[in-house]
Amino acid sequence: MMWILLGLLAWIAGSALNVWLARRPRSRATSLAVPVVFGVTIIVVWEAAVRGFGISPVLLPAPSVIAARMASSGSVLWEDFVQTVVKGALTGYVMGCLAAFVTAIVVDRFDFLRRGLLPVGNFVAALPIIGTAPILVMWFGFDWQSKAAVVVIMVFFPMLVNTVEGLRDTSAMQRDLMRTYAAGYWTTLLKLRLPAAMPFIFNGLKIATTLALIGAIVAEFFGSPIRGMGFRISTSVGLLQLDLVWAEIVVAAIAGSAFYGGMALLEKAVTFWHPSQRG
Amino acid sequence: MRNLIPVLTVVAVIVAIWYAAAVWLNAQWVLDTAARQDREIGTSELVLETWSQDKPRLPAPHQVVTELWETTVEKNITSKRSLVYHAWVTLSATLAGFAMGTALGVALAVGIVYVRVMDMSVMPWVIASQTIPILAIAPMIIVVLNAMGLSGLLPKAMISMYLSFFPVVVGMVKGLRAPSRMQLDQMRTWNATQGQEFLRLRLPSSMPYLFASLKIAMAASLVGAIVGELPTGAVAGLGARLLAGSYYGQTIQIWSALFMAAIVAAAMVGLIGLVQRLTLKRMGMA
Repeated sequence: MMWILLGLLAWIAGSALNVWLARRPRSRATSLAVPVVFGVTIIVVWEAAVRGFGISPVLLPAPSVIAARMASSGSVLWEDFVQTVVKGALTGYVMGCLAAFVTAIVVDRFDFLRRGLLPVGNFVAALPIIGTAPILVMWFGFDWQSKAAVVVIMVFFPMLVNTVEGLRDTSAMQRDLMRTYAAGYWTTLLKLRLPAAMPFIFNGLKIATTLALIGAIVAEFFGSPIRGMGFRISTSVGLLQLDLVWAEIVVAAIAGSAFYGGMALLEKAVTFWHPSQRG
Repeated sequence: MRNLIPVLTVVAVIVAIWYAAAVWLNAQWVLDTAARQDREIGTSELVLETWSQDKPRLPAPHQVVTELWETTVEKNITSKRSLVYHAWVTLSATLAGFAMGTALGVALAVGIVYVRVMDMSVMPWVIASQTIPILAIAPMIIVVLNAMGLSGLLPKAMISMYLSFFPVVVGMVKGLRAPSRMQLDQMRTWNATQGQEFLRLRLPSSMPYLFASLKIAMAASLVGAIVGELPTGAVAGLGARLLAGSYYGQTIQIWSALFMAAIVAAAMVGLIGLVQRLTLKRMGMA
């Protein structure tokens, strides 16, 4: 009963604080504080609800239990992180994005290819590519190579479509200017079209970050060595160790957010000139 | 239509590469069996045999098409071996999740546009929620909901919902904010209430954004339904066909399930595109 009251109190206090903060003139501090208050409130209410209503840890463990689990099985989490994120997702991400980038430049050079490949690429990007995971696991074995292969296929098409779009994003006037400077194809590409394509390329890179993590984890459901986040999640669910599952989810969420945030920071540094960044 | 010839060329090249890859990947097995049976094998025989194995590493396109034909047209639709039945199981979960996700997304977007606190507190978390690889925890959601007595369509639909609400929120927030200052002021000079402003100005101008997001949401929701079927022990649905196929090495079955999923996705996205064209034409926007 005490916990339920505390939860209600935290809820009221949190929302009152947020309403007050939102009424204040918008500044950097308030726009950072409001979501933080929102998140902290949710965690407190969650904890209070689990304790107050006596929800079984098999269904939903309390945040404190998850935190304790993260502290006690750090080595397992780290091993899974290296296997899935570093070896599977990151390798595949780099290979897939590079391959798509090179393909995009070739496609852009030949108009026939562009007109043929772009509709196909757009179509494939909308397909449930994750379904190829069992096939790739069959081809490349259970270890991280097959996970990287799934990631390569998943990130390839969004990246390709975005890069090709980006390479077309120069005006005729800009290209004419380069011609008056007697710039050849490669100089125009390096000095004008690639920099102009950067906002699109980073859009593709950012979409690909979440796809890469999803691909690497889901591919492990179809067979994996006895480590990896997907493996741990599916086996721990069977053992009803929900606290370990949630610990893996927290790691995945942090890894995903950091990956995305890192790309966003890089974007800010590279495309500082773009209107959306100057705002 | 100008793009028809390049697209067909690209598709033809892909099919050609596929046939070549089938030869390359399956050749080892053919050579091994031939060596075991002590018979010489010529190049043309080798090629033909790589295209007609029972459990090839990579089935040739015509094998997949044959399997698709046999499991859709020639089987009774209610039969468990019919791919139409499995596709329907997946599609029903997809559509339920898509409907729930769209409703949730639109509701959130309206809240975000009209309530300042929601804009500031919910929006960052909506974005953060998508960096969590939700598909990875799909099995857990299914198992937990099963333990709570929810099974069948709903758990899968909830995963689809989680995946599909995000594009709708983002698109609708953008769309509902699309009217310019001047248009909003015009509504005010006509003494329009907030409800009128919403129905007559904001909602109509958000339509192009809505349809663009609906297409993404539909594709995401199908992926959610397929992954949601994996941990339920491969009972029914396209995801179950994938899992069963990978357990028993039935590559042709995997590929045909994959193609079925592609066909379903294309059909659904195409349907939304059609509705979009009709609606926007009626509204005089296209």
